[in-house]
Amino acid sequence: MNLEVPSKFKNIQNFALMAAKTIFRPVSRKYDVEEHTYPIELDLLAAGLNGMNEGSDGSVGGAATKKEKIDDGSVKNGGNMANCINIQAMCYGDVGLLLSIPGQGLGNAAISAVANPAQLEKFSKSWAAMAITEPNCGSDSSAITTSARKEGDFYVLNGEKIYITAGERCNVVVVWATLDKEIGKAAIKSFVVEKGTPGMELVRLEKKMGIRASDTAAIVFTECKVPAENLLGSPEIDVKKGFGGVMETFDNTRPFVASMANGLAEAAIERTKELLEGKINLDYKTPINNVKSVEAEIYRMEAEYEAARLLTLKAAWMADNRKPNSLEASVCKAKAARITNQLSLKCVELASSLGYSYNELLEKWSRDSKILDIFEGTQQIQQLIIARRLLQKSSAELK
Amino acid sequence: MKQAEIKSKKSTEYPLATYFGYYNQLLDTKMGKALNLRKISEMFVYQGTKNGIKLATAASRVFKGNGKENPERLSNKSKSDLFDLNYNDEQIMIQETLQQFAIKMRNAAEKIDDKFEIDKALWQEFNELQLAYMQIPESFGGMMKEKSTVTQMMMVETLAHGDLGQALAFFTPHSVLNAIVKWGSTAQQQDLIPAFLLENPEIATIAINEPSVLFSPYELNTKAVKRGNEFSLTGLKNMVPLGTSAAYFLIAAQTEDNGIQIFIVDKNSKGLSVSIERGMGLNAAGLCAVELKDVIVDGSAVLGGSEGINYPEFVNYCKLGWCALAVGCCQAILDYVIPYANDRYAFGEPISNRQAVAFMIADIKIELESMRMLTQRATAKAEQGLDFAREVYLAHIMCSEKGMQIGSNGVQLLGGHGFIRDFPVERWYRDLRAVAIAANGLHL
Repeated sequence: MNLEVPSKFKNIQNFALMAAKTIFRPVSRKYDVEEHTYPIELDLLAAGLNGMNEGSDGSVGGAATKKEKIDDGSVKNGGNMANCINIQAMCYGDVGLLLSIPGQGLGNAAISAVANPAQLEKFSKSWAAMAITEPNCGSDSSAITTSARKEGDFYVLNGEKIYITAGERCNVVVVWATLDKEIGKAAIKSFVVEKGTPGMELVRLEKKMGIRASDTAAIVFTECKVPAENLLGSPEIDVKKGFGGVMETFDNTRPFVASMANGLAEAAIERTKELLEGKINLDYKTPINNVKSVEAEIYRMEAEYEAARLLTLKAAWMADNRKPNSLEASVCKAKAARITNQLSLKCVELASSLGYSYNELLEKWSRDSKILDIFEGTQQIQQLIIARRLLQKSSAELK
Repeated sequence: MKQAEIKSKKSTEYPLATYFGYYNQLLDTKMGKALNLRKISEMFVYQGTKNGIKLATAASRVFKGNGKENPERLSNKSKSDLFDLNYNDEQIMIQETLQQFAIKMRNAAEKIDDKFEIDKALWQEFNELQLAYMQIPESFGGMMKEKSTVTQMMMVETLAHGDLGQALAFFTPHSVLNAIVKWGSTAQQQDLIPAFLLENPEIATIAINEPSVLFSPYELNTKAVKRGNEFSLTGLKNMVPLGTSAAYFLIAAQTEDNGIQIFIVDKNSKGLSVSIERGMGLNAAGLCAVELKDVIVDGSAVLGGSEGINYPEFVNYCKLGWCALAVGCCQAILDYVIPYANDRYAFGEPISNRQAVAFMIADIKIELESMRMLTQRATAKAEQGLDFAREVYLAHIMCSEKGMQIGSNGVQLLGGHGFIRDFPVERWYRDLRAVAIAANGLHL
């Protein structure tokens, strides 16, 4: 048993930390203030990342969701773990900027996970955003109303999608739409829609509380014709298989979102300790009831952060070793997101009006952190997933 | 109401208690009785010998040894470079055996909680498992070359899944053995280790806690005053497991010039008195107060010899044990509340159909896994000989605070049943309160 990060990932980690410190942090505040301005600094980084992706077994950004093929029974530390380590290090720099790295969108993860060889060939160089949420449906993604109608060699899409991360900057959008609203989940399919397709209109960029460096778009589809070969997965409606295919993507990506939280938590704790230097003495020895209140807070934050980090590595390790990890993926996402939100707010409090001001990034991080407990499945959705698994309940029994 | 009437009411008034009693019996026949518990020494190729063991019987402990200079130490586990949460085959075999034994502990727990000691048959059965072989170096007739801290964490966790109080009692002598293997001088090792390989191994315990508010293991009122080649110990320890059955105690005391050290004190020492001091829980471990009034201890009875030991690290190995106890007990709570919440009906459906209940159970899982990850990391680092002070400190915070929260929610989930002693959750609640407080007894 060993719970240390393997040395083979140190290079990835160091590269990402360097990018976080030298590329992200210096412009963190700038793009927080100048919302909707494209961070051109990221183009350089994206070029570097693509070079690295081609030469390694696991992708560095958000796209390494293909499960490892070789299984010789030995323990693997592979692409999922590398990804978590990389994402955490980048988000130690800035979560919003990580979400804006070209070619590393959630749509890329979906394409990578379920695309056929022809689709992979066609879209692997694209920057793919993901469009699921609608004005009247968030967590309940089975209730989407955007429709897809088969017409010859095309599907015709109609509906409105919101909260699309990188929706303006991407090249393609993976859109969830239903072939038949009456059938329910089984009829929901995802379609890759290229930017510029007639009938696809970007109607709005949201103004947000945090992660302002990342653009969040609303797109309306009106009689938008998409080539039939752009449908991801099987075109058949298989009522038995149902939602499994599309939801599979999230088993893979939840540990990545947890890693974003872990990076932010690491940054917030580190900066708070720097600011408190001279006022605290952490000996990791004196019983917690016998230390200063502020020291006890720091200890608790570190304990929570380390737990979240290790839970995330566990979920990634299970994926790398082809163990089913749906439960562990939700556990790490739930834990990492909620403790990061709580502790980043506590850090602002500890740093007082200094922490509240724009002179420090602590207040920004505490705004950024809230979204991590919402997107890719809210805290409550993670709890539902965990509870249903533990109690062996269907979604009809435990609503 | 007379005792007999209460007993007879049990099955009608608390049907779920009967149900869970039945459930445990079922597990018992399925696993415990069908499969024979195997001795550790029979599981593996083993060619040691039990011949030639001599016991030190003198009342005062003077460690002369045979002049061999370096004590035996287990080497650090060689570090794997891969992140790996798997137990190896050997660890899985031990775990499966202990899981069967833990079922017997669970069945005995209610009775033992009132008796304040473990019954002899169960001790006998535990001794037959011969866990000591997994701790003792080959040169002393054991099976070990390398440290097995992770294996021992797994053992404590598995036993605590049966019953926390009994796990503390069972593992306390093994913890003393660990301490002697890890810290003992040559003479101490030679005198004390062989007794752990006997059919009825010697019982010993560790006493650090003192009855003072805001207690810290690093600020002790028990003092060791040097007098020539001897020390005079004076002070009061409490919450000491197995106090009345221990042949000797490892007692932490403040010295004048060498920080806090551990002293090996015989039960028959003049000035030492032991009295039962009941607490909130941990009844199976027979908690005691140990008073020392000018107890004279030979200079050779300082653990580790004249130079002593690294006391903060000693305490950290004790805390690892308490973390493992908490993880095992909290897993037991999770495993208990799941079938309970599914079988308990209110308002026409299982209470687990309600988010207010289901989310509490999800939270138990999330925090339990958090406790487990921190405990595993601290233990794995300790086993590899790496500095684990920060890791065990953080693990102990998590296990203390979340463990108690889980203990409390375990009772809450059972409602009124949770408050009744027919159900085990109130005992787990009482036992788990000790995790934040105790440093005694355990040492991985």
